[in-house]
Amino acid sequence: MRLAGSVGAVSVLGLSACATKPGADGRVVVVGGGFGGATTAKYLKWFDPSVEVTLIISEANYTTCLFSNAYLGGIVGFGDITHDYSAMKKLGVNVVQDWVSDVDVANKTVKTKGGKSIAYDRLVMSPGIDFLYDKTEGYDAKVAETIPHAWKAGTQTVLLRKQLEAMDDGGVVIISPPSGRFRCPPGPYERASLIAGYLKANKPRSKVLILDPKDKFSKFGLFKEGWEIHYKDIIEWVSNSNDGAVQRVDAANMTVHTDFGSHKGAVINFIPQQTAAEIAHKAGLTNDKGWCPIDFLTFESTLLKDIHVLGDSAIVTKMPLSGNAANTQAKVCAAAIVDLLAGRTPGVPKTTNTCYSLVTEDYGISVTAVYNLTDKGYFPVKGSGGLSPMGRDAEFRHQEALAAHSWYANLSDDIWG
Amino acid sequence: MPRRKSRLRLCLAVAMGLVAVSAASQAADMASPELLASNCFNCHGADGNSVGTVTGLNTLSAGIIATKMRMFKKDKALTTIMDRIAKGYSDAEIVAIAGYFERVNK
Repeated sequence: MRLAGSVGAVSVLGLSACATKPGADGRVVVVGGGFGGATTAKYLKWFDPSVEVTLIISEANYTTCLFSNAYLGGIVGFGDITHDYSAMKKLGVNVVQDWVSDVDVANKTVKTKGGKSIAYDRLVMSPGIDFLYDKTEGYDAKVAETIPHAWKAGTQTVLLRKQLEAMDDGGVVIISPPSGRFRCPPGPYERASLIAGYLKANKPRSKVLILDPKDKFSKFGLFKEGWEIHYKDIIEWVSNSNDGAVQRVDAANMTVHTDFGSHKGAVINFIPQQTAAEIAHKAGLTNDKGWCPIDFLTFESTLLKDIHVLGDSAIVTKMPLSGNAANTQAKVCAAAIVDLLAGRTPGVPKTTNTCYSLVTEDYGISVTAVYNLTDKGYFPVKGSGGLSPMGRDAEFRHQEALAAHSWYANLSDDIWG
Repeated sequence: MPRRKSRLRLCLAVAMGLVAVSAASQAADMASPELLASNCFNCHGADGNSVGTVTGLNTLSAGIIATKMRMFKKDKALTTIMDRIAKGYSDAEIVAIAGYFERVNK
């Protein structure tokens, strides 16, 4: 066993700790096979193999949003961003493919669409996001079948790629990023970059038009610098102040309408506003803003006992909604659960987030943070972290691009490998 | 199966009380060495076994890892990102992390 998060774990050290079960017996059910859920399942076993872990996944394979823009740009294949759970099963995690339809909080049981009732001592919810389809006229789940959001990776991502491949040279690809709190803040702008890269090489008369309901975005200066070098006449970004916010989608005419104008796209990628996944709402884990408040030390819901929430659906103050953030949150949560099951006080947490974005295959940019727990959330250690510097040469950006690929390989291997 | 082996080795080390010393001497307000080190896996691989182009930490001694981290912290080593990350860790945390990687990969 590992020492989990707790200093108190020292007291249980001894030969018996390896040969027989230590004190942390318990049934933990984890809902969600993405960065947060899969990491939690693996690390519960890592910190203490005696914990009985059931991971409920909705699909046999998981395609990551992370690096899905590289797939859209033709840099990596679909198989490169798709992972299975065979390694998880080898660790002794009970992997169940089903859809969680309800949580019976009183009886500490998870109900599935397939008719299963799975009992837990502690439940971990990492269900991700869902879309607020009522916020923009003309865009809903049905329209998303022809105008993809591609903000949950899988068939949506493939659809968008096929549309890019099928479009004629000279067309406009419209990307409409969301406002509010949303998964992967730099994602829409990396997407614009790598689609522009694909167009530049294959359909050089085409353009990318970003219609943004915001006046600034993640890695703003770094993206703008990269676009100036590589996509000067290809990417046009329209801010909210310049009438960038899309108010209505007209799918039949492949047109989006802003307050004062309209734009026709050969391909439209509309990314809706977001909220915690539906099951989090249904279980009663969300606040009035639609996200899940948690205790920062253990990630236990402040609304429902014995249920932990992490990843994009949880409010983890100062940490962004990112796969890497969910990965480190999951390790803290797993350590805390192992401690709690064994009757120990959870140890001190420390989380990080690293996020690389590609502007081209060979041009990377990054942001990173190291967080310590405070009573208000996870705050970056003073003087640490931040964006990679602007104004650096091609070699520096190439190094960052190489690091980005390596980061994806190691991060996904840490979870599904 | 390098990771399974390293876990066995850790188990043996735990049994022999080798790990207990560093864990017990750890400050009460500091995260455990395991948890701290696990923050490095996203770029350097699980237990430091990198499957990418970024350097693995599995072959480095605790002394080298700690020295390198201190150099990054003071902007004295070439890097694109470790200068920003190293500044997030105290010297005690650096020693704990470095010790972890040496221990599990011995």
